[in-house]
Amino acid sequence: MKMSGKKSNLMVQNAVTYGLVIVFWAFIQILNLTGNMTSLLNGLLVPICTYVILAISLNLTVGILGELSLGHAGFMCVGAFSGAFFTNAMAGIIPSVGVRFALALVVGAIVAAVFGILIGIPVLRLKGDYLAIVTLAFGEIIKNLINVFYVGIDSRGIHFSMKDTTSLNLEEGGEVIIKGAQGITGTPKASTFLIGILLILLTLFIVLNLINSRTGRAIMAIRDNRIAAESVGINITKYKLLAFAVSASMAGVAGVLYAHNLSSLAATTKNFGYNMSITILVFVVLGGIGNIRGSMIAAVVLTALPELLRGLNNYRMLIYAIVLIVMMLFNSAPKSLEMRARVKEYFKNRRNNTVRKEAA
Amino acid sequence: MSFLSYLINGISLGSVYAIIALGYTMVYGIAKMLNFAHGDIIMVGGFAAFTVISTMGGNPIVGVLTAVVVCTVLGVVIERVAYKPLRNASPLAVLITAIGVSYLLQNIALLIFGSNPRQFTSVINIPPLKLADGQLSISSVTIVTIVTCIIIMIGLTTFINKTKIGQAMLAVSEDKGAATLMGIDVNRTIAVTFAIGSALAAIAGVLLCSAYPSLTPYTGSMPGIKAFVAAVFGGIGSIPGALIGGIILGVIENLSKAYISSQLADAIVFSVLIIVLLVRPTGILGKQIHEKV
Amino acid sequence: MSMLEVKNLSIAFGGLKAVDDFHMTIEKGQLYGLIGPNGAGKTTVFNLLTGVYKPDTGSIILDEENITGKKTIEINRAGIARTFQNIRLFKDMSVLDNVKVGLHNHHPYSTVAGIFRFPSYYRVEKEMNERAMELLKVFDLDQEAGFKASNLPYGKQRKLEIARALATDPKLLLLDEPAAGMNPNETAELMNTIRFVRDNFHMTILLIEHDMKLVSGICEKLTVLNFGQVLTEGKTADVLNDPQVITAYLGE
Repeated sequence: MKMSGKKSNLMVQNAVTYGLVIVFWAFIQILNLTGNMTSLLNGLLVPICTYVILAISLNLTVGILGELSLGHAGFMCVGAFSGAFFTNAMAGIIPSVGVRFALALVVGAIVAAVFGILIGIPVLRLKGDYLAIVTLAFGEIIKNLINVFYVGIDSRGIHFSMKDTTSLNLEEGGEVIIKGAQGITGTPKASTFLIGILLILLTLFIVLNLINSRTGRAIMAIRDNRIAAESVGINITKYKLLAFAVSASMAGVAGVLYAHNLSSLAATTKNFGYNMSITILVFVVLGGIGNIRGSMIAAVVLTALPELLRGLNNYRMLIYAIVLIVMMLFNSAPKSLEMRARVKEYFKNRRNNTVRKEAA
Repeated sequence: MSFLSYLINGISLGSVYAIIALGYTMVYGIAKMLNFAHGDIIMVGGFAAFTVISTMGGNPIVGVLTAVVVCTVLGVVIERVAYKPLRNASPLAVLITAIGVSYLLQNIALLIFGSNPRQFTSVINIPPLKLADGQLSISSVTIVTIVTCIIIMIGLTTFINKTKIGQAMLAVSEDKGAATLMGIDVNRTIAVTFAIGSALAAIAGVLLCSAYPSLTPYTGSMPGIKAFVAAVFGGIGSIPGALIGGIILGVIENLSKAYISSQLADAIVFSVLIIVLLVRPTGILGKQIHEKV
Repeated sequence: MSMLEVKNLSIAFGGLKAVDDFHMTIEKGQLYGLIGPNGAGKTTVFNLLTGVYKPDTGSIILDEENITGKKTIEINRAGIARTFQNIRLFKDMSVLDNVKVGLHNHHPYSTVAGIFRFPSYYRVEKEMNERAMELLKVFDLDQEAGFKASNLPYGKQRKLEIARALATDPKLLLLDEPAAGMNPNETAELMNTIRFVRDNFHMTILLIEHDMKLVSGICEKLTVLNFGQVLTEGKTADVLNDPQVITAYLGE
């Protein structure tokens, strides 16, 4: 009895999560149809989708795997550049922008996942603070390397350089696609709100189903007690890497979405630096670590609110900072937890008393 | 000659890292937490000195003292308000809070001082030392930085080994529970640790801004992270480790800027961190810790 | 044929010999006790048997398979499961899920099948749920299946740990102070449960315990460890009456 109850409860919970995304989409459609859409809000739609995907994917690492990654923007960066590179490089071969974009999403996901595995192998051996600082270091390294990276393409193939465009030695008619600090220009703006929403639903589908499966249980077991997980035969490295790679690949997808929303893409401190990683972390923390739906809502609210309330924009990062501190003190301080338990108990007793009174 | 000059500047930069790393290493050793906001205390120190010296036209020495006082108080208040309630919480919660504090300091500074870089006037006004017929010129800031770092190292080591509170710090870093049983006030010891670490950060801030005079709310963030790298490199919890780690890191950074690529210097510094943690996770002088099952 | 044969097992931590020339033979289906004063090295022996530490010398043979120096997960697959002195549950997961993690290796389906909900997912999950509920029933935990593990009372947490260990379908079960923190009633109940597990699961059990009532009540043979070395071994009654053992516990 209890079992089926638990299962149906889970299905309701997941349905609510998917439902919220669809309601959000419908809400925007209504704004469009009734002519209430502002250009400011319109411009925010794709970035919001990007942030939601990033928040969901980081929650997989922080909430489900239980490791603090401060380099999530690095994976987004890898996805953005590999995806945009693909779209531009294939312009001559695949004429359809839509097809190229769809394939670019796959490319971005795969390249980011590969980076996730390459970085995860050394990083996941570390614990806690060290892991956090090393992921931060990797994120910065990725950003720095992309800034000195030149890639061109001609009939002989793809050429790399870390110096300048001329050292690519492109033949006549060759095209430079990644131009160091200038990044990639001329990517078609293929990202739309609908595609963003579909990608959010796909991300949710993968993460929610993963959590409620054998693999997800193994990952959470490692989070809760590594030594016990090992003692029942869970392969720690395998599942940590798997979670990390899946999380990275989703950040990669978000990056591709982001890149196809801009005509010019460059890796700066603002978009792919560790500030971005922290911003994503704020969404996860505000929404509740391990709470996928919460992090989604937090991403939407914290992105839209400061933009829509103009005066708030200057205080945006300040608000983020306060959110981090207050949420942690409220959710994790032993004293606060004790107090909350007492308040809960008080209300429970009061409710019981009123129920009893009514019954009498 | 140019190599020698890069090397000396590297040692000087490394000395600043070493002073900052001391704060990290002491706090990590005693409170077992990575104080992410430590780097931003450097920035606060820089702005405090800047306000006194440039805005109010005060004496440089008063400026430095003000910075030290402001940062010491700030460090203690941060510990009290943000970290102490989380003393027995999960490490993840503490780290996220520290990141929050770091952001808070940056953004408060942003609101007060704006994002435009301020020109910091060096607190040291002595002509540069010229060696080898003027071919090698070493700026006074460089020399003062290195000397200050050495004085701080000697002073701190003496403090920890010779004073009662220093011994209490050692005891708390070994075993908090046992220290409490021996009558040591752990909260007070941790507060003192934060005070000392933050005072050192103020000095580091003034020295850093004297050498690299552009001051913004983000000035402390990168040096802070790099100093943490230095602390890990030298072995977290070890004072001589912070010195060695800081100087090696400063030299690596300056030489990479000079001979490899200035854009890649940070990437190289971070690669060093990753390699160190993979090859010897406890750093050069760190102790091996076993997890109890 | 013996289930476990340990010979000449030693490990030193920085010069201190925590376990020195340890040996032990456990027959199939036996209920075996490892006792000794605090700090004698009992938990270290468990950690050596389960691969948490690698022994400096010696050999460990489990049911004719040499498992010396293998990793924890390989040893679990070979057939040793354990509980911990300081309870180590997956505290934010449900009671049911704790046991299902234990079933991980015996009821596989791929990650992709899990994400895309292939038929194998539904089939295997159903098997897992049934098996997990069976195990929970043995320990009288079936009513709490949906609870968060950390919300269980202490005694039930200990039981859940045993259920989780059994879920890995071991040949040999190691229990590290299963009665620690239990009152006499709970301990008496635990003794029955341990016997039940041995009889119904055909299990070989090695346990560390300080509660002499439990030890004398259910263990058939004992090994006494003192300062990392085997002080004596033999039938429970003989060992407990050995003056050497009494001295080791109570001092001169």
